[in-house]
Amino acid sequence: MIENIRLAFQGIWGHKLRSVLTMLGIIIGIAAIITIVSTIKGTNEQIKENLIGAGNNVVTVQLNQGGYPYDMTWNGIPQGVRLITEDTRRELEQIDGVEQVSLYHARNYADSVYYLNTQFNGEVFGIDENYLEVYGLQVKSGRGFTEADYTDFRKVALVDGNTVTNLFGGDSPVGKCVEIKGDVFTVVGVVALSEEFAPTIHSINDYWLYADRSSGAIYLPDAVWPTAYRFDEPQNVAIKVANTDVMASAGQEAAERLTEKQIISPDSSDFDYRSQDMLEQAQQLQSMSESTNMQLIWIAGISLLVGGIGVMNIMLVSVTERTGEIGLKKAIGAKKKRILLQFLTEAAVLTSLGGIIGVVSGIGLAQLISAMMQIPVAIDVTAILISVVFSTLIGVVFGLLPATQAANLNPIEALRRD
Amino acid sequence: MAILKLTDICKDYQQGREPVRVLKNINLTVERGEYLAIMGPSGSGKTTLMNLIGCLDVPTSGTYELDGKNLKDLSDDALAEIRNKHIGFVFQSFHLMPKLDARDNVALPLLYGDVPLKERRERAEEALKAVGLEDRMDFLPNQLSGGQCQRIAIARAMVGKPDILLADEPTGALDTKSGNQIMEIFRKLSDEGMTIIMITHEPAIAACADKIYHILDGELRTEDTGKEAAHEED
Ligand SMILES: Nc1ncnc2c1ncn2[C@@H]1O[C@H](COP(=O)(O)OP(=O)(O)OP(=O)(O)O)[C@@H](O)[C@H]1O
Ligand SMILES: [Mg+2]
Repeated sequence: MIENIRLAFQGIWGHKLRSVLTMLGIIIGIAAIITIVSTIKGTNEQIKENLIGAGNNVVTVQLNQGGYPYDMTWNGIPQGVRLITEDTRRELEQIDGVEQVSLYHARNYADSVYYLNTQFNGEVFGIDENYLEVYGLQVKSGRGFTEADYTDFRKVALVDGNTVTNLFGGDSPVGKCVEIKGDVFTVVGVVALSEEFAPTIHSINDYWLYADRSSGAIYLPDAVWPTAYRFDEPQNVAIKVANTDVMASAGQEAAERLTEKQIISPDSSDFDYRSQDMLEQAQQLQSMSESTNMQLIWIAGISLLVGGIGVMNIMLVSVTERTGEIGLKKAIGAKKKRILLQFLTEAAVLTSLGGIIGVVSGIGLAQLISAMMQIPVAIDVTAILISVVFSTLIGVVFGLLPATQAANLNPIEALRRD
Repeated sequence: MAILKLTDICKDYQQGREPVRVLKNINLTVERGEYLAIMGPSGSGKTTLMNLIGCLDVPTSGTYELDGKNLKDLSDDALAEIRNKHIGFVFQSFHLMPKLDARDNVALPLLYGDVPLKERRERAEEALKAVGLEDRMDFLPNQLSGGQCQRIAIARAMVGKPDILLADEPTGALDTKSGNQIMEIFRKLSDEGMTIIMITHEPAIAACADKIYHILDGELRTEDTGKEAAHEED
């Protein structure tokens, strides 16, 4: 067997160009599969890690109009929608699986926010005392909001890391002042997502999901929200649940209760509350990437099939070319099985080599794509093993016909030919 | 006991629609250690006969006993094993593996006889020594002359210590000097007790054997000694 493998390598080395051309189909097929699988796996792992793993069990329930989130930046105070009271908030906390509920105001596209002459174009939130905990935000420098900030209507603000970079040029913002709609707020602290939940932006999908945080966020105590913005803005709700399993149901129930309670005539109004949990988004994204990639895998499979036929073709040529060799081997006592094995080994070594080259180029390609298009990749060891085994199998399957032909050659005929 | 006994062997080939009888009722007994030559014109059936003796082919009718064993109805693999253990072939056109060096070429039959690597090498080197090529062990066939290649082929044929050495025109592709070298080796092997059957159409070569047979149109005729063949040359 080792002898056979050695001979096979000799044969491949002896016909370098031909061997490479023969392997090309296999190389391309395997490389494509490895690339695709790596990117699927990378994307999925990242979606999971960013969205549903690591303790980010937050469902937001937002006011919707006609099925779309109602944005207070462009629109006035919604008619016929009540503010959410502290009692209602407590009630929501009683829903099964809910751990904590926060109420907050939001401006997704802040305008008229400046530090010195730099304009800020991130998001501004007016948050209650639960908000930081619900979202897993921690104070990294300075201080958080105190009770007095709320009761005394202090014009204070927290900022996140992106804001530090984008607005303060990386300098410590603590003690500095930002101007929001003509009012001056003093930055008292910097917050960041706690260790357990730290999303990273690698792809356009992440950007989309985290767009609200990408250019930074400024947080104000909700008590002073009306100084910068308006009174009577209905709040959004962020619900932290115990685990991802109850996310959807808890969010749904909260949304139903809020619609019932907050909308003055829920049946005739086009306002309602809807929940949006990231699990759902993650699953959508995953299935989207998986279905497109399944098609690519089919194409790669066809390439492997074509590669296999190419190998069969070359092996048939090789058998014809080496009739003399086969005849002699049979004449000096090689049994059919030996010849069969020799040619099968040769085909299998050829395709395995193609498979290995394919795996290596696939990994390279995946890294390249990852670097260029900012898609995360994760190398899947099982995929690599399956690929190599599968390419070996292709060699065996498509080598079978030529090898049988070789094994059944009549030695007299074979010797006579030269 | 005779090492080889052919009784009423016939061989037909399908040529077009008609079967053509290439060998007609061949009777041949070869004793162990005999050295014989078979002569005959082109197309007379020499190679066909040798293929039968070498178990590369099976007769249409008649019986073939090798070392007292009837070879009728043996499977391809059983015949392969007989070729490996009992028969050594030397061909006109050497048939060496171009990518194997002299030593590995000679060791090849031992590979198919499942001899361990180390022993294969040792025995191959021994056989190469016997044909006077101990200083060419690492050479590839294309680095050697025709005569040297044929000596490698002889070393390969005898490395498995076969009962019979079969040679089909072993000097056909060689000049007289190399041919004579081959004949010296055959003579030495014969003196050591090897059974040799050699096919040739050169009377000078046939004269080296102890016994000459003539084959004509598929029929075998005996001739007692090589002396007569030598007369023909005069
Ligand atoms: N496979 C075959 N099919 C049909 N006819 C064959 C086959 N093999 C040999 N023959 C015929 O059998 C006859 C004897 O052939 P063979 O090769 O034995 O001759 P030979 O004596 O060895 O001749 P040469 O000296 O030219 O080698 C020839 O007429 C040849 O055409
Ligand atoms: Mg012949």
